[in-house]
Amino acid sequence: MKYRANGSRLTITKGQRVFNVFNVLIMIALSVIMFYPMWHVFCASFSNPKALIGYRGILLAPLEPTLLSYKMMFKNSMLITGYKNTLIILTAGTALSILLTSVCAYVLSRKNVYWNKLFSRIIILTMFFGGGLVPTYLVVSKTLHMNNTLWALFVPNALSVYNMLIMRTSFAGIPQSLEESAKLDGAGEWTILFRIIIPLSKAIIAVMVLYYGVGYWNSWFDASIYLKDRELYPLQLFLREILITNDTTQMASGVGDMDKESVGETIKYSVIIFATVPILCVYPFLQKYFVQGVMIGAVKG
Amino acid sequence: MIKKMQTNKKETHTSKRQFLLHDLKINRNLYIMMIPVLVYFLLFKYLPMYGALMAFQDYSPKLGVWGSKWVGLKHFINFVTARSFWGLLGNTFRISFSSLIFGFPAPILLALLMNELQSMKFKKVVQNITYLPHFISLVVVCGLVKDFTMNDGVIGNLVEIFGGEPKTLLNYPEFFVPVYIISDIWQGVGWGTIIYLSALSAVDSTLYEAATIDGAGRFKQVLHITLPGIAPTIVIMLILRLGSILNVGFEKIILLYNDSTMSVADVISSYVYRRGLINLDWSFSSAVGLFNSVINLIFLIGSNYINKRVNESSLW
Repeated sequence: MKYRANGSRLTITKGQRVFNVFNVLIMIALSVIMFYPMWHVFCASFSNPKALIGYRGILLAPLEPTLLSYKMMFKNSMLITGYKNTLIILTAGTALSILLTSVCAYVLSRKNVYWNKLFSRIIILTMFFGGGLVPTYLVVSKTLHMNNTLWALFVPNALSVYNMLIMRTSFAGIPQSLEESAKLDGAGEWTILFRIIIPLSKAIIAVMVLYYGVGYWNSWFDASIYLKDRELYPLQLFLREILITNDTTQMASGVGDMDKESVGETIKYSVIIFATVPILCVYPFLQKYFVQGVMIGAVKG
Repeated sequence: MIKKMQTNKKETHTSKRQFLLHDLKINRNLYIMMIPVLVYFLLFKYLPMYGALMAFQDYSPKLGVWGSKWVGLKHFINFVTARSFWGLLGNTFRISFSSLIFGFPAPILLALLMNELQSMKFKKVVQNITYLPHFISLVVVCGLVKDFTMNDGVIGNLVEIFGGEPKTLLNYPEFFVPVYIISDIWQGVGWGTIIYLSALSAVDSTLYEAATIDGAGRFKQVLHITLPGIAPTIVIMLILRLGSILNVGFEKIILLYNDSTMSVADVISSYVYRRGLINLDWSFSSAVGLFNSVINLIFLIGSNYINKRVNESSLW
């Protein structure tokens, strides 16, 4: 944007000034629309349920602020279970994903490996064609007996080919001379991968951890088809129960019947906050990495 | 020592067989590393492809794909001649095209407007706010959509304030597609601008200087410099989008639809899900899924062909 700082821009016509003002106004309006739903949820979660039910229109601040819905929420062990399961899936899944993806990207980024061409074809084909929902379900649940285990939620989709290709591009850019000298010192392939390649690719590994991590945090569908046992449910499945099927009766148990309905009204907002806050907390710090990932992917594509 | 072998490689291999053995020897450790990855693809990607053969069978889990009775194209014919077929195809195309027409230009427009902002700080703030919805989980987004479009939700309230009659929008077939598309745009528009903003920053700034000297206004500059500058990116994104035109994901659909909107909301993928995993019509559902994948593949190959002609670059 150098030209903006350039002197020629100082002669702004009236039309341009009007445009600038309108543009800023449009952007403000847009930001408000983008942000309002989240603000609404935030305010509603801290509001008094009875006041909220009677309220009409845009919420600017919590109504009669109270922590009632949060207190109710934490009384329920269901969400804590969900949180725990999600954390297990997230940690194990991200670790497995990064391991598989980096190994695959490493091998495919090596030159002079005869079978790599075939490996690439086999792997890239799966981006464009697959067995489909039912055959995959049958393989995972019937053939491999992963039904009703947490394994089913992260092993079958551990490697994203798209992410692997981004990583391969990045690995291939590392100068060969580094590993050649390591090889002369007697380093094996694993040593080269973990001691040279990965430490040199911290940024791309960070991007991958974030992509996979957000994916595991937000996923719900596989859990809904593979899990029977409520003890194993991840957070998103409980969220679906509360938000989509509108079943807050379990959440509000322990409240008098009179209040049940009204607490149900705000409890869903506190649950959204509970489930989204971790991502919103890491977001500002990691935002530049997310964007970087898109850029690397775009350059590749 | 390995290095020595590599330099010798070219001279020593006389036959293909010798070369292959040699390759196996030097790259042995790499091939060993690759085994878990190949096992992963075999188990989770290729075994299901083999399983997809059940689309041509009356599959029974006891007999497996190996032993079940082959019925040829029965399930495909049943699907194509079923009364619901044209409805499903129509819904899939309707949702897909609406999303193409409204969802595709939205990030381009936003990126152009962002690019015209004079204050870099303000631009950063706008970017950060608009990227945010991308990271919210689909379940939460659909929960928000449901909550906001209720007759006593925020949108209902606003309608009431302006003198309209509040409705629970998701119970009316005519509102399903708009709600679906608008919420999609809400979630994805900011994130979608990243690629265009990077293309915009690559446009040669001296062109703008020259245009300013020639007396071109801002609008003319956008028309004659900015848009042509990012046109290749737009074309690539459009072609990629066209390649997945029949690929409407079912997750959002099954979170948002209900009995009263089924007639417009049910797409091929959600039908596959329902018939396969709820009604347990395994063979029929696989056939429908296979039908959909093959059509997707044809669209993808077609759009890649166009891409090759236009950009001289290929996806593969």
